[in-house]
Amino acid sequence: MKLLVCISKTPDTTAKIAFNGDNTKLETAGITFIMNPYDEWYALVKAIEIQEKWGGSVSVLHVGPSENDPIIRKALAIGATDAYRIDTEAVSADQVAFQMASFIQQHAFDIIFTGKETIDYNGAEVGGRLAAQLNLPFISFASHLDIVTENEAIVKRDMEGGTETIQVNTPFVISAAKGMAEQRIPNMKGIMTAKSKPLNVVTPQPYSSKISIVSHELPPAKKAVQYIDPENMAELARLLREEAKVI
Amino acid sequence: MVLVFVETENGKVRKAALEAVYYGYLTAQKLGTSCQALLLGNAEDATSLGLYGATLVHQNDSLGFNFFDNQVFSAAIAQAAKKLEASVIVLSHSSNGKSLIGNIAYLLDAGSVSAAIDIPNTDNGFSVRKGVFSSKALVNIDILTNVKVVSVLGNSLQINVVGSNAEIQQLTLDVLQPGIKVLSVDKLQSNVTPLPEAERVVSGGRGLKGPENWGIVEELADVLHATTACSRPVSDADWRPHHEHVGQTGIAIRPNLYIAIGISGAIQHLAGVNNSKTIVVINKDPEAPFFKSANYGVVGDLFDVVPKLTEAIKNLNA
Ligand SMILES: Cc1cc2nc3c(=O)[nH]c(=O)nc-3n(C[C@H](O)[C@H](O)[C@H](O)COP(=O)(O)OP(=O)(O)OC[C@H]3O[C@@H](n4cnc5c(N)ncnc54)[C@H](O)[C@@H]3O)c2cc1C
Repeated sequence: MKLLVCISKTPDTTAKIAFNGDNTKLETAGITFIMNPYDEWYALVKAIEIQEKWGGSVSVLHVGPSENDPIIRKALAIGATDAYRIDTEAVSADQVAFQMASFIQQHAFDIIFTGKETIDYNGAEVGGRLAAQLNLPFISFASHLDIVTENEAIVKRDMEGGTETIQVNTPFVISAAKGMAEQRIPNMKGIMTAKSKPLNVVTPQPYSSKISIVSHELPPAKKAVQYIDPENMAELARLLREEAKVI
Repeated sequence: MVLVFVETENGKVRKAALEAVYYGYLTAQKLGTSCQALLLGNAEDATSLGLYGATLVHQNDSLGFNFFDNQVFSAAIAQAAKKLEASVIVLSHSSNGKSLIGNIAYLLDAGSVSAAIDIPNTDNGFSVRKGVFSSKALVNIDILTNVKVVSVLGNSLQINVVGSNAEIQQLTLDVLQPGIKVLSVDKLQSNVTPLPEAERVVSGGRGLKGPENWGIVEELADVLHATTACSRPVSDADWRPHHEHVGQTGIAIRPNLYIAIGISGAIQHLAGVNNSKTIVVINKDPEAPFFKSANYGVVGDLFDVVPKLTEAIKNLNA
């Protein structure tokens, strides 16, 4: 099967967030960037598992400049077959999805994976936009994916208070959530072979983003915690009712 | 016109949909236009959408809407938006709303912002506010296109009654053939408010030691009419169902009250709960990082403190 995994770059989960002078961009000094965890742990590993069982290939696709190559190499080290990087700065979900869908339209993939969302802008929009442009079914927040035959899959999808079980034929777009696979750490052999795997650079299509960032803000500082005597839960109950007005 | 897509559950309008309608109403007020609702399927209480600001409810109850297929719903909503000449489309930021937003926006050639926490600022453009970097920061995003699509994060605004029952009008749409087949839907507890919509949440962590000890968490949730949640190691160990897992890799919530019991407050956990309006932390370790994010803290043994809190709330309610 021909599988494609869309990967993005995000600040490490523990990164301390600050912005540049006019608050329009993330201050990148001192931040470690990683592959978006949903893309890496669930989407990529699941695609590799499918390839190991059914054969074929796993391509990764990234929109970003060459300074992001280490993230792509990591995906290759984990086990992807080859990589494509669309050579332009990623500025918005609509722009990234447009660039990727335009690329995918030139190739034939059986399953197109994204992570359920990125942990920076938390948009969850790319998968739906891809599916729309490609006119394919889209299954979001998938926690299980079983390939039944080369062209049929059973998917479990998370939703409020439960799960849905869905049957879908290839090709389709799927966004991966926790449960789909287990994180894999690249081994030495993987890291060595990744260096010689093809990383193709793709020229972007002309496009102007449909949104623009006006400003970022840090949330207002929280008031200091008020400690309550563990022997006096009546006081906590009273505060929750009279002061916080939440019960 | 502002068009709000209304989600339903078990033949009724979902609470998240009422919030979306009220958000649509406030947005329409700012733009000097009307707010109308779109119902795909059936809801016995659809006329009540008028109370929260929808002047009209457009309904199409084709069989194709009996289960959720992203392509079918997106195409129908985009078609309705074009037909009714909507300039803003509002969705709930639920699992279905999140799946739809990108698809609908693409079909309408629209810019979009998901998980809005405030009504748009229309002073100079159309700027929408949302939490980013796992709620470590906020961003204001300008949508540059004529048609705009926004999804609203649950519990972001307090809804108010602003109108009377709305009229329901049938809307003709070409409904696509489904591209997927839903084989089954497993809902775990249908009588409990789903986590993203819950106003009160009682959450347990590894400090509870094992699944057999969850009785005290459930009893507290019971007296508070709260929904239960858990930290990631708890769902990883199968002490609690996966859908209860909140945080960066689980779901992000913003209830009015979040009670964290035996949870240390790791940054990835906070990412999903830090926007809660009032946070109570119960932990025996005074150094637990969660206390820094708490409004009320109790340093003590949860096995001792939690039953006492349950009793105190019972007494208060009596
Ligand atoms: C990329 C990434 C993503 C992650 N995503 C998530 C996520 O989405 N959600 C999430 O929750 N975690 C997430 N984690 C894990 C996170 O870092 C923490 O490991 C996890 O939140 C800890 O869970 P906990 O607080 O239940 O357990 P612990 O950290 O073990 O804390 C247990 C707490 O209980 C207290 N305690 C113990 N006994 C008692 C008692 N008798 N009375 C009172 N207090 C007691 C202890 O003092 C301690 O503070 C993620 C980690 C990574 C690296």
